[in-house]
Amino acid sequence: MKLITAIIKPFKLDEVREALAAVGIQGMTVTEVKGFGRQKGHTELYRGAEYTVDFLPKLRLEMAVPEHMVEQAVENLCTAAHTGKIGDGKIFITSIEQAIRIRTGEDGDAAL
Amino acid sequence: MDKADFVWVGVSTVLVLLMVMPGLALFYGGLVRAKNVLSVLMQVLSTFALALVIWFVYGYSLAFTEGGAFVGGFSRALFSGIANLGSSTFELSGTIPELAFASFQATFAGITAALIVGAFAERARYGAVLLFTAIWVTFAYIPIAHMVWATGGWLFERGALDFAGGTVVHINAGVAGLVGAYYIGPRLGHGREAMPPHNLPMTMIGASLLWVGWFGFNAGSALAANETAALAFFNTLLATAAAILAWLVVEWLGKGKPSLLGAVSGAVAGLVGITPAAGLVGPVGALIIGAVTGAVCVWGVNGLKRMLRADDALDVFGIHGVGGIVGAMLTGLFNAKALGGPGLETAAEIPHQLWVQFEGVLITIVWCAIVAWIAYFIADKVFGLRVTNEAEREGLDIHAHGESAYQR
Repeated sequence: MKLITAIIKPFKLDEVREALAAVGIQGMTVTEVKGFGRQKGHTELYRGAEYTVDFLPKLRLEMAVPEHMVEQAVENLCTAAHTGKIGDGKIFITSIEQAIRIRTGEDGDAAL
Repeated sequence: MDKADFVWVGVSTVLVLLMVMPGLALFYGGLVRAKNVLSVLMQVLSTFALALVIWFVYGYSLAFTEGGAFVGGFSRALFSGIANLGSSTFELSGTIPELAFASFQATFAGITAALIVGAFAERARYGAVLLFTAIWVTFAYIPIAHMVWATGGWLFERGALDFAGGTVVHINAGVAGLVGAYYIGPRLGHGREAMPPHNLPMTMIGASLLWVGWFGFNAGSALAANETAALAFFNTLLATAAAILAWLVVEWLGKGKPSLLGAVSGAVAGLVGITPAAGLVGPVGALIIGAVTGAVCVWGVNGLKRMLRADDALDVFGIHGVGGIVGAMLTGLFNAKALGGPGLETAAEIPHQLWVQFEGVLITIVWCAIVAWIAYFIADKVFGLRVTNEAEREGLDIHAHGESAYQR
């Protein structure tokens, strides 16, 4: 089992969800986050006051995936979230030791 | 009594009320951070209310009864003699009941007091704001209103032109605000932390209501349903439109993008600029006054603001002070018949009129600044003008009023 954490542009959420559903992903958690990477922020001007907005809004997607789905999920995620412009985001993959479904007590891949 | 005149002045009074409640309140409220929005709404509402009561008790009497060059007398204190309800006789002021004139003027005193709070927004202690307002209305607004508008008033007798209160309301409020911004000091984090407006649509609604209400302010100042009112009415429409466009063009060329806040600021600047001129210039004059005021006020909130180094949070001086001065001077110019106005017979009289206008501006600035400084000083000694750093960080809504605008 792997945990895929993806940071994506907010407006790409629907495309990404569809692309991942096509792989057979059963669930994901979405969080609204702010941050910065190589993409610069932007400036906002209110009368005489200029502010640099350093932290841009992004979405963080987290999903636990069985080993055999990981490669296809990442490929689909990349395609769907891609615009080619700076700020498309990143994907991190980490190992999961165990997963348990609270309702039934199932564990391992069966819990995903 | 002329019934049409009374109705128009009555409607105008309600329109000026609309400028403050909720116009100015929302205009200011949207410009501050979410943690301070209620404090700004409260300060606008309560300084307005306080000025109205002062107006009834002694303000109207001192401002508008005949007396010295600087202030009137107490003969109309508590509106005494203005109406005898027992015999149902009402004194007239021109063609309308004096009671209607006094009500109309009451809203002017109120809006002037409320305008000032934008300068020290987000850090002033509530009690100190009220005490400042009481002192300032008494010793700055009332004498200046008397000097400019009352028979026997110093500037009135010298021939200063101020149709609806460019000097009395806007320069006055702008200068009081600027002195306050200096006295109280900048907001914590000013210049380092971002303090963007928390709700620009709210500011847009407020500015729109200000524009609507301003027809009462300007056209109502004719004090009759007559041709002068019609002229002031149209000028209030035209100058504002010109100012919006002028602000946007300057901003677009200078900063790269035309902004909504720029557009609504331009509207308010144009309204301020046309205030002293409304019934005293022709439409072409109004168009130029609006455009010039709009453009100059962009400088007022940028270059001039940086030069002054005061954290005038909502640009009370940059818009009302600067716009008021530009409007006062241009009124002296476009009032001439040679430039399409209804006033000065020959162009040769323009220089003298400009000098009289300048004198009025200067006297207002000096008088108001001194009184404002003393009033802030007293409010500071009695209550402490500024809240603690912790309260300022937490926000004035919770600290001063125990409420928050938005539930999370």
